[in-house]
Amino acid sequence: MISTKSFKKIKPLIFILIFSPSIYWSFQFINGSLGVNPIEKLMDNLGETALRLIVLTLFISSLSEYKKFRFLIEIRRMIGLFAFFYVCCHFLTYIVLDHFFDINFIIKDILKRPFITFGFISFVLLIPLALTSPKKILKKLGYKVWKKIHYLIYPAAILSSVHFYMLVRANKIEPAIYIFLILLLLLYRLFYKIIRPLLVR
Amino acid sequence: MKILPSEITSYTNYLNRRKFIKSSIATAGFLGFSGGLEANHNSNQDVYNDQLDENDFLNSYEDITTYNNFYEFGMGKSDPYKNSGNFKPKPWSIKLEGLINNPQDIDLEKLLQKVTIEDRVYRLRCVEAWSMVIPWQGFPLSELIKIADPLSSAKFIQFVTVFRPDEMPGQKKRLLSWPYVEGLRMDEATHPLTILSTGLYGHDLLNQSGAPIRLVVPWKYGFKSIKSISSIRFVDKQPEATWSMMAPSEYGFYSNVNNLVDHPRWSQGTERRIGEFKRRKTLPFNGYEEEVSYLYKGMDLRKYY
Repeated sequence: MISTKSFKKIKPLIFILIFSPSIYWSFQFINGSLGVNPIEKLMDNLGETALRLIVLTLFISSLSEYKKFRFLIEIRRMIGLFAFFYVCCHFLTYIVLDHFFDINFIIKDILKRPFITFGFISFVLLIPLALTSPKKILKKLGYKVWKKIHYLIYPAAILSSVHFYMLVRANKIEPAIYIFLILLLLLYRLFYKIIRPLLVR
Repeated sequence: MKILPSEITSYTNYLNRRKFIKSSIATAGFLGFSGGLEANHNSNQDVYNDQLDENDFLNSYEDITTYNNFYEFGMGKSDPYKNSGNFKPKPWSIKLEGLINNPQDIDLEKLLQKVTIEDRVYRLRCVEAWSMVIPWQGFPLSELIKIADPLSSAKFIQFVTVFRPDEMPGQKKRLLSWPYVEGLRMDEATHPLTILSTGLYGHDLLNQSGAPIRLVVPWKYGFKSIKSISSIRFVDKQPEATWSMMAPSEYGFYSNVNNLVDHPRWSQGTERRIGEFKRRKTLPFNGYEEEVSYLYKGMDLRKYY
């Protein structure tokens, strides 16, 4: 069994592992080796990474309930913050590179196109999570309040996977898998946190 | 025909600016070298440049042949370039059928002897809001229609892409309903801008571009310009078209480039020209309004999108 202590040691490694794709893609973007439509490619890469990391945090939350995987909780905050980092990069790419600060257009785009609306709401929902991530704030808020805020990850995850689902033109298998995984993890949590305690009582 | 990688990189150097092209004799040598063309595809860059509209620049051969939507070879933009190696565009014939006087299987080589290959530099606007400028070689579709000799009852034409799952790996998956079909109204089909293309940049079409023969309708979204055509049917009713069957609210039969009618996923008001940073404003009918708007007089283009 991996102990929390020994797991802490490889935390920097995981940090580098998750951070490096963004550096690599930025380099490729500047270098002109990100394909024929580099802005689209960059935006897709960043968005997909963000979604994968969101799903990963959900997995960690459920798995770390088990003793065997308790050590995983050690990296949940980091991965969550990285998810937010990739979401921000994704959104900035859309604003700066894709539409070059054409704010009027962007506002219309967000209001008019459901898939962008969903993506944007998901981004907004993630902001309080990122803001309340420091331990100090957790202590100030108290665990109960903090936890309630962090349940926002579920609507955010669902919205961002639907955002991806709606973007894909055909063969929606990959986004469907994300939606399925998120719903599965949500149901699992619901069962263990709400339904089972009721039954046991 | 395979293009050597060395040959492709040489293209990236020669493209875009007229001045550069004109002085680039070495590149012209490369083009002349390509050889083995079915038809005499023009590789004279001056001809392309004369047809370029103001503010347009040709996209590079590399861009045009590595960034494609051709789901028969996969959904990714570079999939067609990567996965189309096993496709055999020769020999080829096109089945002409339906409401015509001369139904036949016409051999492509023979067909090409009957037509004159012309150069057409067109903007291609994808429904996904990106665009390119491509120097095609081809001939007006109307010439083939003359050979078919349609009955007066033929009001529409349906085109069918070849179905060869062994050579087209995307067709083994249910990405779309195969074979891909598209259609045009007869007056759209006979419009002088509508061509069947067999080459670009003086080369035979590569597999990823729809070898050996494809439709090019420059005022419509790219998916209307069906690739690797194996049969052409003359019919009396509006035929089915793959994307509009799959999502009728998103893709209409007409699918004219229309900056005023938005797609639920992509704003059609602007587009990214491949190779450029800032988006361009999308022009009505992709800039061919003067030539084609009469075809749709009196039609509500919001309804018939």
